[in-house]
Amino acid sequence: MDLLLAIAIMALGAVVLGAALGYASVKFKVEGDPIVEKIDAILPQTQCGQCGYPGCKPYAEAIAKGEADINQCPPGGDEGVRKLADLLGKEYKPLSAEHGQEKPKAVAVIREELCIGCTLCIQACPVDAIVGAAKQMHTVVASLCTGCELCVKPCPVECIDMVPIPETLETWKWKYPVFEIKPAESRKVA
Amino acid sequence: MAEYLFLLIGAVLVNNVVLVKILGLCPFMGVSKKLETAYGMGAATTFVLTLATGASFVIDHYLLMPFGLEYLRTLSFIVTIAAIVQLTEMVIAKTSPMLQQVLGIYLPLITTNCAVLGVPLINISHAHGFVASLLFGAGSAIGFSLVLVLFAGIRERVEGAEVPLPFKGTAIAMITAGLMSLAFMGFAGLDRY
Amino acid sequence: MLQQLFRFQGGIEPAYHKQESVREPIAQAPLPPRLIIPLHQSIGGTPRPVVAVGDKVLKGQLIGAADGWISAAVHASTSGTVVEIGPRRIPHPSGLTTDCVVIEPDGEARWIERAPLDYRAMAPEEVRAYLQNAGIVGLGGAAFPSHAKLTTAKGVPMQELVINGAECEPWITCDDMLMRERAAEIVAGIGLFRDLLQPQRVLIGIEDNKPEAIAAMTAAVRAAGESFEVIAVPTRYPAGGAKQLIRVLTGKEIPAAKRSTDLGVQCFNVATAYSAWRAVAHGEPLISRIVTLTGNADRPRNWEVPIGMPIDALLPLAAPRPDTDGVIMGGPMMGFLIPALDVPVIKATNCLIAHSPSLFPPQPPEMPCIRCGECARACPHELQPMDMYWWSRAKNFGKAQEAHLFDCIECGCCAYVCPAHIPLVQYFRFAKSEIWAREKERKLAEGAKERFEFKQFREEREKAEKAEKLAKAAAAQAAKKAAEAAAASAAGSTAPPTDAAEAAKKAAIAAALERARAQRAAVQARNTEDLPPEKAREIAAIDARRQQAGLEPAAATPLGKEDA
Repeated sequence: MDLLLAIAIMALGAVVLGAALGYASVKFKVEGDPIVEKIDAILPQTQCGQCGYPGCKPYAEAIAKGEADINQCPPGGDEGVRKLADLLGKEYKPLSAEHGQEKPKAVAVIREELCIGCTLCIQACPVDAIVGAAKQMHTVVASLCTGCELCVKPCPVECIDMVPIPETLETWKWKYPVFEIKPAESRKVA
Repeated sequence: MAEYLFLLIGAVLVNNVVLVKILGLCPFMGVSKKLETAYGMGAATTFVLTLATGASFVIDHYLLMPFGLEYLRTLSFIVTIAAIVQLTEMVIAKTSPMLQQVLGIYLPLITTNCAVLGVPLINISHAHGFVASLLFGAGSAIGFSLVLVLFAGIRERVEGAEVPLPFKGTAIAMITAGLMSLAFMGFAGLDRY
Repeated sequence: MLQQLFRFQGGIEPAYHKQESVREPIAQAPLPPRLIIPLHQSIGGTPRPVVAVGDKVLKGQLIGAADGWISAAVHASTSGTVVEIGPRRIPHPSGLTTDCVVIEPDGEARWIERAPLDYRAMAPEEVRAYLQNAGIVGLGGAAFPSHAKLTTAKGVPMQELVINGAECEPWITCDDMLMRERAAEIVAGIGLFRDLLQPQRVLIGIEDNKPEAIAAMTAAVRAAGESFEVIAVPTRYPAGGAKQLIRVLTGKEIPAAKRSTDLGVQCFNVATAYSAWRAVAHGEPLISRIVTLTGNADRPRNWEVPIGMPIDALLPLAAPRPDTDGVIMGGPMMGFLIPALDVPVIKATNCLIAHSPSLFPPQPPEMPCIRCGECARACPHELQPMDMYWWSRAKNFGKAQEAHLFDCIECGCCAYVCPAHIPLVQYFRFAKSEIWAREKERKLAEGAKERFEFKQFREEREKAEKAEKLAKAAAAQAAKKAAEAAAASAAGSTAPPTDAAEAAKKAAIAAALERARAQRAAVQARNTEDLPPEKAREIAAIDARRQQAGLEPAAATPLGKEDA
C-alpha cells in the first residue's frame, strides 16, 4: 500500500510539474538564439570559409549547435579561440592544423597587366571588395579586402597575390614593455 | 526577531554554504572567472534557492510527512528544484531577454548545484519553520553570492599576476578558496547570543 | 594679484635644468644642405603633396595641402629644388617612414609673396581656413591643428581663453625664450584668438620659475593696452598640461570624454599664438620654430630652426659631449629617444636633449608592484595608475578601460615616483594602442559583415528574379502550346482534349527546361571559351571544390551576375 502511495504521489508530482513545464514551454517560447550573434561578433568576418562553413555566420551557428569546434578559424587566431572559449565556457585549445594557420594580415593585389577581365574573382569575393567588369581590368579595394584568399584560386591566370599589410605610422602599436628599447620616460632625471 | 536575525547572519557569514559547509563548489570554481558572470550566477542562485527552500518546505510538510514518505525527500526535492529552475529560465527568457543574457547558461547549472539541494535538507534536519526555512535559504544564497563575487574579484586580479607555472589556473584558485575559507572561520561564534 | 589660484592633485617636482639653455638669446640656425619635410606633421589627415620632384619652390610655398578638416598644410621652409618625394624616417618612436618632401635649398631664401591679412574684416570661417592653409598647429608638442580649436561648442559661450606658457617639463625653455624676446607678437596673436573666440577673460599662465618671461609678457600686455591677465602659477610638473593649467587658472575640472570647450574654456600654447600672428600679420606660414638644444652638451641654447632640418645637422650647434649616445625629442618626461639622427625637426619638436648614460642613468630593473599607492598620489588626473597598470600588464583591456585608461595624459608622474621602477606609461601606451587597433579591426569586421550579408541578399534576389523570368517564359510557351493543341483537337483529333492539353503542358515544361539548360551551358562557356583544356579542367576542379564547401550555390553560372 505504502509503495503504491509513494508511486502515486511521485507520479502526481511529476504530472503537475510536467504539465507546468509543458505549458510554460508553449507560453514562453522565444525565437532566435542570442548566442549565435555573440559568437558571430567575435569572429573576424573575413568570410573566408577556412572553417569549412560558407561564411562566419554559418560557422557561428554551427558552434552554437555544437557541430563545429571553436578552433577552426585561423584569421581569428589564438585570441579568437580564447574569446570563444571564454564566451562558451569551454576549454581553450590551439588552432586546429587542418583548417590552416594564423597568418599575418594580408590583402589581395591583382597584377593588373596580367588580368584578363574574367570576373571570376569578383564573384568569389565575399565582401564585394573587387571592382571591374567583363573583359576590363579588375582591382582590389584594399581598405575593404578582408584577406580571405577566396579570389586567389579562381583566377585563371594566377594574377592575384596576397601581400602582407606593412606596418605604417597609423597601424604602429606600442609594444608590450619587455625586451623593448627604453623610451625617455623610463630614463628620467634623478 | 533576534533569532531570525542571527539565523540570517549565521547563514550568510558563519555557516557559509560554500566556505564552511563546502557545498556548491562546482559553480564556485566554475563561474568565478569573471566578475560579471559571478554577479549573474549569484543573482540566479539567490532567486532559485529562496524559491526552492519554500517549495521544498511545502512539499515536505504537506505532501511527504502526512503520508510518511520522508524517504522520498531527496528524490522529490531534486525533481522540484529542476522544474523550478526550468520554469524560471523560460519565464526570464521570455520576459527579460536582458536578464537572460546576463544569467544565460548559469540558470540550468543551478539544477545540479548541490547547495540548492543541500540547503532544503539542512532546513529539515534543523526542523526550521516556514519563515525560518525561507530566511535560511535566502541567507545561504546571499552568502553564496557574496563569496562568489569576492572570489571572482580575487581571481580576476590573480589572472594578471605572475603565478608560478605549477600553480597556474585551478591550482591557485583552490589555494585562494582555501585562504578565503580560513578567513571566514573568523566569523565563527558571531551567531551565538 | 586678485586672481584666485586653484591646485591640481598630485604632480611632481623634478630637477628642472632650465638654466642651462637660457643664458643666450634665440639664434637663427643655418640652412642645412637638405631639408626633409614630412607631409604628416600634425594630428589628423596626411596632407597631399602638391609639388613634384624637380620643382623649384619658394620659401613658404605650399607643398602639402590639408586633407580634411583635422589636418594642416605643410610648406617649404626655404627656397630651393624638390629633389625627392618619398618615404623617409621621421622622429617617431616607431622609427617608421612616411612620405617626406626633400628640398635642396638654393641659399637665396626667396619668399613667396607675403601680404598681411585684415582678419577683422573677414568672417571667422575664412580666418580659420587661412590658418589651416598656413599650417598653424599647436606647438606645445601635440601638434593639433589650431584652426579646429578656434570654434566654440554649440550653445556654450566661451568664458576663458587660457594661454599656456607654463612649460612645465624639465630642460625645455623654448617658450620661455620666446616670451622673453617676442612677447609683443605673442600678445598680438592672443588678440587674434580672442577676436575669434570672444571669451570673457583671457588668462596667460606662466610657471613662477620664469620671472623674466612673466615680466616681459606683463609689459607687452600693458603696452598693447589689452586686458589679458598674466598669472604666475606654482611650478609643479605637469602644470603645463592643458587640463591641469585650466584647473589651476579657472578651477574647472574637465570631465572624462568632454572637451574643454564644453565648459567654455579653450587653451593655446604661447608659441602657437606667436606663429598664428606671424601668419596673419606677415603672411608667413609655419616654416620654422624655436627648438631648445640642451642636455649633455657644452653650448645649450635655443635656436630658430627651419622645419625639416635634419637633427644631425642641428645637433653640432650645441656641441654635444663625446659620451652622447642618443637624442631625446621632447622633454625627459614625455619625450622619446629618436630612432636615428637623420630624422628632421618637425612642427612638434620643441626640444632636443642630448642623452648620455651619466645624465640619464639607465632605469633599474622593474620590480613587482606592491600597490603602495605612490603613483595614485602623484597622478595629476586623480587616476589609479596601479590598477591601470595591473590590467594593462595582464592584457585585460576591458578592465583597463574601466580603470579610466583613456583619461591618462601619459605625463609620466607615476613612473617617476614608482619605487619599483615600473615603466607604467609604457604599459599604458601599449594598452591604449592595442585597444585602438582592436576598435579599428572591429569596425572593419562590421563593414565586412554588412557587405557579405548584402552580397548574399543580392544573390538571392538575382536568383529569384531569374527563376521568375524563366517561369513566365515557360507559362507563355505552355499557353501557346495549349492553344495549338486545342486548335488541333478542335480540328477533329481522336485524342481526348484534356489529354492533349496535359501533353502540351508537359512538352512546354520539357522545352523550358531544355532551354534553360542550353542557356546555362552557353553562358557558362562564354568567358572561358578560349582557355586551354588544362585551365578548363582546373577551373572545373575549383568549381567543384567551391561547391563542396558550399560557398557557391550549386550550378551557379560564372557570369550569372552579368546576366541580371
